[in-house]
Formats: sequence, C-alpha cells, structure tokens
Amino acid sequence: MSKRFTGAEIFIKSLSREGVETIFGYPGGTVLPIYDKLYDAEFEHILPHHEQGGIHAADGYARSTGRIGVVIATSGPGATNLVTGLATAYMDSVPLVAFTGQVPSHMLGTDAFQEADITGISMPITKHNYLVQKTENLARIIKEAFHIASSGRPGPVLVDIPKDIMLQEVEFVYPEQVDLRGYKPNYRGHPLQIKKAAEKINQCRRPVLYAGGGVIISEASSELRQLAEKAQIPVTTTLTGLGAFDEKNRLSLGMLGMHGSTEANMAISHADLIIAVGCRFDDRVTGKLEEFAQEADIIHIDIDPAEVGKRVAIDIPIVGDVKGILTKLNEQVSEKSSNGWGSQIQEWQEMDCRRCNSTGKNGRLSSRPIIEEIDSLTDGEAFIVTEVGQHQMWAAQFFNYNRPRQFITSGGLGTMGYGFPASLGVQVGNREAPVFLLAGDGSFQMNIQELATAAKNNLPVKIVIFNNQYLGMVRQWQEMFLDRRYSSTCLRRRSDCPPQCSEPDEGCPEMIPDFTKVAQAYGIKAEKITKPEEVRAALERALAEPGPYLLDCLIEVEENVFPMVPPGGSLYEMILEEESE
Amino acid sequence: MKHTVAVQVANESGVLARIASLFSRRGFNIESLSVGQTEDEDVSRITLVVCGSQKDLEQLEKQLNKLIVVYKVSNITNDPAVSRSMAFIKVRADYSTRSEIIQIVDVFRGEIVDVANDSVMVEVTGDEGKINAMEELLEPYGIIELVRTGKIAMTRGKK
Repeated sequence: MSKRFTGAEIFIKSLSREGVETIFGYPGGTVLPIYDKLYDAEFEHILPHHEQGGIHAADGYARSTGRIGVVIATSGPGATNLVTGLATAYMDSVPLVAFTGQVPSHMLGTDAFQEADITGISMPITKHNYLVQKTENLARIIKEAFHIASSGRPGPVLVDIPKDIMLQEVEFVYPEQVDLRGYKPNYRGHPLQIKKAAEKINQCRRPVLYAGGGVIISEASSELRQLAEKAQIPVTTTLTGLGAFDEKNRLSLGMLGMHGSTEANMAISHADLIIAVGCRFDDRVTGKLEEFAQEADIIHIDIDPAEVGKRVAIDIPIVGDVKGILTKLNEQVSEKSSNGWGSQIQEWQEMDCRRCNSTGKNGRLSSRPIIEEIDSLTDGEAFIVTEVGQHQMWAAQFFNYNRPRQFITSGGLGTMGYGFPASLGVQVGNREAPVFLLAGDGSFQMNIQELATAAKNNLPVKIVIFNNQYLGMVRQWQEMFLDRRYSSTCLRRRSDCPPQCSEPDEGCPEMIPDFTKVAQAYGIKAEKITKPEEVRAALERALAEPGPYLLDCLIEVEENVFPMVPPGGSLYEMILEEESE
Repeated sequence: MKHTVAVQVANESGVLARIASLFSRRGFNIESLSVGQTEDEDVSRITLVVCGSQKDLEQLEKQLNKLIVVYKVSNITNDPAVSRSMAFIKVRADYSTRSEIIQIVDVFRGEIVDVANDSVMVEVTGDEGKINAMEELLEPYGIIELVRTGKIAMTRGKK
C-alpha cells in the first residue's frame, strides 16, 4: 500500500506542486493542523496583523508579480475578514487563492464556535469557491482552484477546509491536468471578427485605443504599443490600465473618465472609432452612458464574453485573449505615418488640464510636486501603490507610468485600506524595487496596524501620506454638489466642535493621530513636512533609509481633484478648475 | 417578455444557491424554476422561465455561463419544444357538484387523485394555458388550495 498523508500534508505538497513560494496567512483554531505543517515547510510565510491586511498583501503581491496570491485564514471571523479583500480582487480580476479553515464536518450547520458559512458569503465575490467534503478531493480541488484563479479572466477562488479533512489520511495523487466540464475559457479570437476590426482600423479617421487592466493581465503591452505606433492611434488607459502604455509616448493621452485628462475625454467623445481592449466600460469611465462616444464605432476585445455588450452596444466584438488578438490584428492593420487628427489631439494635450493642481493656496504644500518628485527621484521606476480617494486620482494623474504592473490600486471596488497592506505584498514580491505607498489620512488608518508587518519584516516601503485632515474626496463632493456641508468628513473634528462647520481654520483642534508618532511606536522612522521646499530632501531621506519610512505631508486642506466630470455628466463636460470666488 | 431557458448544471450541492445568488445579484426575475435529474447522473437540468428584454436575457445567459458549475445554457423560447407543468388543485365538491367537476377534469385529461367528503383533489398536466383554463373553470366551485410546479421543457427531434 502506498504512503498515506494527512490533509494538512497534502495541502503543503499541493502548494509546492503549484510553485507557491510566499503565503500571507493568519493562524487560528481550525487551521492549526495546516500551521503545524507550515512550521517545517519552506514557504515564506508573512503574518499580517489582520486577515484583511493579509489578503490585500496577497493581492498586491499578485498584481505586481503576475503570480497567484495565496492567503490563509481561520474559520468564522478569520474568514469573514477576507470578504473585502475577495471583493476587491474580484472586481479587478486578480488571481488569488484563499484557504479558510472550517469547523469539523460533523459540526457544520450547528452554529459551532467560529463557524461562518464562508462559501455562502463569498459566492458572489469569488470566481468560484469550494467546501472540501472529503480529504480524497483536496488535491484535485487545490489544483482546480489555482487553475481557475489564473486562467481566462482571473479572479479569487476560495477553498474552505473543515478541520477533520486536514487530519484524515489518504494517498496523495496530484492531478496533472484539470478538466472542468463547465469551464473552458476561449482564448482565440474569431478570425473573421479580427479581419473586420482590421478593416475598420484601416478605414477610420479618428481612432482611439482605450486600454484597461486586461492588457496588463494578458501581458500584451508590447502588442498594444505596436498597434498604436503602426496605425498611429492615440492611447488612453483606465485607472487599472495605467502602465499598459508608456505615458511618455507621444501617443499617450493618459487616463480617461471622471478624473481623466482633457485629451483623453475629448478624444473619446470625438473619435470615429474606439478600440476598447481588456476593459469593461465602467461608469467612472463612460460618464453619462447615452452620450458616451456618440460618433464612434466600437471594437471591444475582452476575454470575458459577459463584459461585451454589458453596458455599451458593440459594433465588432472579439472575445478572447487580448495578447493573441492584438498580435493577429497587428499583422492585418496597415502602417500609417499619421492619423486624421494628430494636430487636434496635440492641441488638447497642450492644454495641460491638470495645471490647476500645481500649487496650493497661499504657497502651501500641494499634491502634484510631491508625486512628480517621487517620479524624478526614482527615474520613473518606483512601484506606486495607492489607497482610495483624492490622492489616488493625483497619483494616477501626476506620475508618468511606463511599465505594466507598476501602478497598484483598487479600481473597481475602491477599497480604502487596500493600499498599505498591498504595498507590503508588492515589496515582498519585488524585494529590491523602490515601493511607494501614496495614502490619504483617512485610508491609511483603515489598515494602520500593518505598520507592525512592515517593521518586523523590514519591508522598506516609503509611506507618503497626503494629509489634508479631511476625507478629501467625499469633502470635495460636498463642496461641489452639497453646498459645502462637510458632514462627517473633517478628521480634526472633536465632540466639542460646533455641530456644523465648513470653515476650517488655524484654531481647529489638532489632527488625531500624529502619524509620525504612530510610526515611531512601531520603530519606523518618520517625519512631517509642511512646505513645498521640504519635499525633495525629505523624499531623499526616505529613499536613503534601508527600512520603511513614513512621510506625513500636510497638504492644502481644500485642494480638489480636477478635471472632473460631474456624476451623471458627459465626458466632454469636464470641470477644469476651481470656480474663482 | 418571457423566455424559457434550459440550463445543464453539475449535480452537486450548492448549485441552486449559486444560480439563485446570481439572479438576485444581477436583478433578474425568475417566474418559475424547476430542477431535476437527467439521463446523465452527473448532470441536473434547470428549466427557468424569466422575464426581461432580449438584452437582459443575453446578459443572463452570459453570466450563467461564467459559473463553473454551469455546463450549458440554451434559450429554447423560440425553438420547437414541448413544455409542461403540473398542478394539484383542491376544490370544494359535494354530492351535487362532484360529477360536474369530474366532467371538467375529464375534458382536460386531468385526474382526480383524492376524494374527501367536501372536496376533491385534481391533478392536471399541460402547458401554462391549459392549467390556467382549468383553474378558471374550477374557480366557481371554490378552490381551497393550489400548487403548481415550474415548467419543464425539451426541444423536439434530435439534439
């Protein structure tokens, strides 16, 4: 009889077979058998200080390396703490495999201690999930989980393992192949559709490429550049597509959408052909749907058939892998020396729509120079990871991204608290690279406990806080659309403040906490800056520090993000700058 | 507009929950649903009747296809197909009305499956229209209880 192994041993062996090197995990009662085996295993195990931190770190690791992120949590609260991380990864198509412990099989459904129906809970926010019912199935399920997470349109897969399954002994047979009757992603675009698309591209006069995160996932950046340059098509990217196309390229229009550039939004609005690649026409991208790209025919290339025609009617749909389709398309489009509207595009580009953000009021520190300084000090090479809010949009606007996987942000779900743990995952996956976390004063506090993870693992992430003492993006909406009624967005506010206050001044209470002191409590070097002339030297000190570093930048409190397409507005109706009072 | 969709799914636990979760999340309305085994023991078949526009339906089919447990989705609304559902109707009946009721049931090729002092239970199988007509005719006698299955359907000929 061949050797038998416990479920926990099979778990370790299966992960080795999948080539896993790093695990982000938090132990607990129902995963004790797995943790006992991990004690002797050779994986790098990173202990976060909250399961949410663990899964976002795995997500950052996955997005920045292209590998599959692996996270472990215990049953009940451990598992439910993964929920936001699963939803974040699901929205942005990030390959993750999450393993959760579960109460023993015979206790399932009895409201046992730390029991939660995590497969039920996570059903709508995972690509697929499993409750393992027999140890004999464990190896096959792990194999399938890794396959599903990383193939087709990637996404998170959760595997829930009852404790008794980890303890039972069976033979170990790891399947070589996966054959799932209900899952056969189609990679190859239809040749006839590709031919039609090429003809359209050859005939059009005002083309725009609209590239999303799918280009990065499919590793199709060079094919995208080839198409753009061969047919002279300007390229705009979505938030999650930043880095898919070098922003220093003359054909780059930057980001489109609600806080996109003038050139991108105007080009989309006036194009006669839009080639949408690996993207999904998100509402933050399209603005008012009825007026989106009214003059254009639309070619949509995406691996997920459900995204094609979901929000916008498509003239030429091509379902399949972006890389392969672009390669085929490049063979068929004819070379052009210019397109029909280069000079018009250039005119829009020269408007430099983001200029209004260049200085703070009264010479105070503002966001743009900080981000541009990071760009220049790292020769544009840094990983930029963000939280969610104003600083995220500034990060998208002011750094010139030049390579895929460089910009890591929660796009679809917009998860505050994502960035910091994600930046640690990025650093774990890219030990030597400079990694910057650009955070807001609100977001950073949502997973601030991970300072311990940064310190203990000596992960030299440079934390730059854009501290305006407000939940800035919400405050901006209140200022612009709700009559400056700053309801619950002031982070300096204390219980003895007047019930309504929209006029922050010098007499306001101090911001809680002092981020530099928090960092120092974790043994992390930190400093605070308030003036534009302090930026460069402070960033140099941060970069020179071999460990993590926190830079608290007290920026202009009421700085806004522009351009802005007001909610429900059309892309060509951008608000370009502050109305003068 | 009503559509009939046949969905072949894995015969395993939790599948119906996945389908139901998808419907509620994406805001699709199910008018009726029936699940049962097929000639293949690994496969169950769900017949759905859903309301919505053509575009809604397209999105529904695509979303269903994304589920790993879904093997095949066929919209058979416009295919030549046979479809049936079944109903039990408990209707008030005494010695004076019982024979009239039995006559109606005979005309519809239904069956009396239980007789009590003051009621009978009628079983009727057919397409939606037939069951509606039966219900209407029995209404005046006093319907005590009624239960209907979801529709099952199969396309004619090979496939």
